[in-house]
Amino acid sequence: MSQKTDFQWRRKHLIGLRDLSREEIEFILDTARGFEEFSTRSIKKAPALRGKVVVNMFFEDSTRTRNSFTLAASRLSADVIEFTKTSSSVNKGETLIDTARNLEAMGVDIVVIRHSAGGAPHLLSRSIKACVINAGDGFHEHPTQALLDVYTIRQIKGTLEGLKVGIVGDIAHSRVARSNIYALTKLGAEVILIGPSTLMPAQIQKLPVQVSYSLDAVLDKLDVINMLRIQFERLGSNLFPSVREYSHFYGLTVERLQKAKPDILVMHPGPLNRGVEIESEVADGPNSVILRQVSNGLAIRMAVLFLVNQAAVLEAKDFQV
Amino acid sequence: MKILLDERQISEILDTISQEIASDLGSNNNLVIIGIRSRGEILAQRLRQRLSKLLDKEIPCGTLDITLYRDDIHDPQKAIPAQVRTTEIDFDIHQTTVLLVDDVLHTGRSVRAAMDALTDLGRPKAIRLAVLVDRGSRELPIRADYVGIRADVGPNERVQVLLKETDQIEQVIVE
Repeated sequence: MSQKTDFQWRRKHLIGLRDLSREEIEFILDTARGFEEFSTRSIKKAPALRGKVVVNMFFEDSTRTRNSFTLAASRLSADVIEFTKTSSSVNKGETLIDTARNLEAMGVDIVVIRHSAGGAPHLLSRSIKACVINAGDGFHEHPTQALLDVYTIRQIKGTLEGLKVGIVGDIAHSRVARSNIYALTKLGAEVILIGPSTLMPAQIQKLPVQVSYSLDAVLDKLDVINMLRIQFERLGSNLFPSVREYSHFYGLTVERLQKAKPDILVMHPGPLNRGVEIESEVADGPNSVILRQVSNGLAIRMAVLFLVNQAAVLEAKDFQV
Repeated sequence: MKILLDERQISEILDTISQEIASDLGSNNNLVIIGIRSRGEILAQRLRQRLSKLLDKEIPCGTLDITLYRDDIHDPQKAIPAQVRTTEIDFDIHQTTVLLVDDVLHTGRSVRAAMDALTDLGRPKAIRLAVLVDRGSRELPIRADYVGIRADVGPNERVQVLLKETDQIEQVIVE
């Protein structure tokens, strides 16, 4: 049973997890539980956002996250506008703020934005009245991905408290890693970042995490392992000698997994580079919760859409008083 | 503050309602009980225990969260922070007779929301409503089939059902 709390959600934007308290993160996770059973219903829809307009502004490619937000908004009965960079006036030189203001003039209530520039969602939230949800900005944050990751871990392990979670790969260029570090540590897990030193962020000592340059050295201690995708599109050159060498040292293979705890959870934010950071048999194996992450993402995004809208309604109420 | 019902009276009322329900719906092989969060959930469990004994069979029982179906969540005049909680119904309600249970029947808006939520889960053959207290002042054309007690309560007064499971004490008060 989910517990009733006196906590009130009052944020109309979700920009990053760095700003959120443990209580706020847990409130989102608890709210998402209420949306989990939607997929099993005969009518997979509720009228909670009926008459609201959600725009998906994706300035970067995405299939999973964009479809997940679209489906989440549809299940809450909102109308959804799909906006992609390639088919819009952005190609004619319109600025981000102008584009958003124009959409707002059409009565948009919630803007879901993905952008290659870190900070774009924050900038947007200060320029328009609509709610803003960050669906990934540059190397900064990807809050809903980290929320669905911790939700999945909590769903299976019961709690994050005391768990050792390894994040493997290109930490420096990963907004998923960054958001995960904030969420995991706030919820009481220990984070170990694993990867070659060239893929570790600068000033890593400022983060509350441990670092290992060897996967084999720490694998047997981990309760959860999150394999990041090697982002070939973001990497310059020469950060590691070859994909084959990277795979050899950091790829999660069947052989390697045998050294891990038998109940280790294998996660991946997708899309998979099968045979690079993760072997097919592992991705599809019994320890993998990769598809469960995708299903849970839907519940998390429904919860976030519902909560930011609720905060906007309450803010409007405060203005009237 | 006035005490409307004490522990013994609540228990007696639930006994009486259970008898009525058993004689009306007992022969029905598809009876299920669904309580509205949060006090309705507890009352539903208590009715389930009594009815299972009276009818000598297990009756499925579930919990419905109506937050997403409320008509005030977008109303800037009325909106209060709402917490979405889980709906826990692990049986198919299609073609069943649903006994919907809530603690207090007032405007009828919660029941409207609950009926909309139920029809999204399936198509029951019938829905019946049982409440512990009917305090009047309906805003929608809704009535209960089984009522524990009817209370004449002023518009500024509040009826509160306190149950051991959530409130440590067991009584119905008007304040």
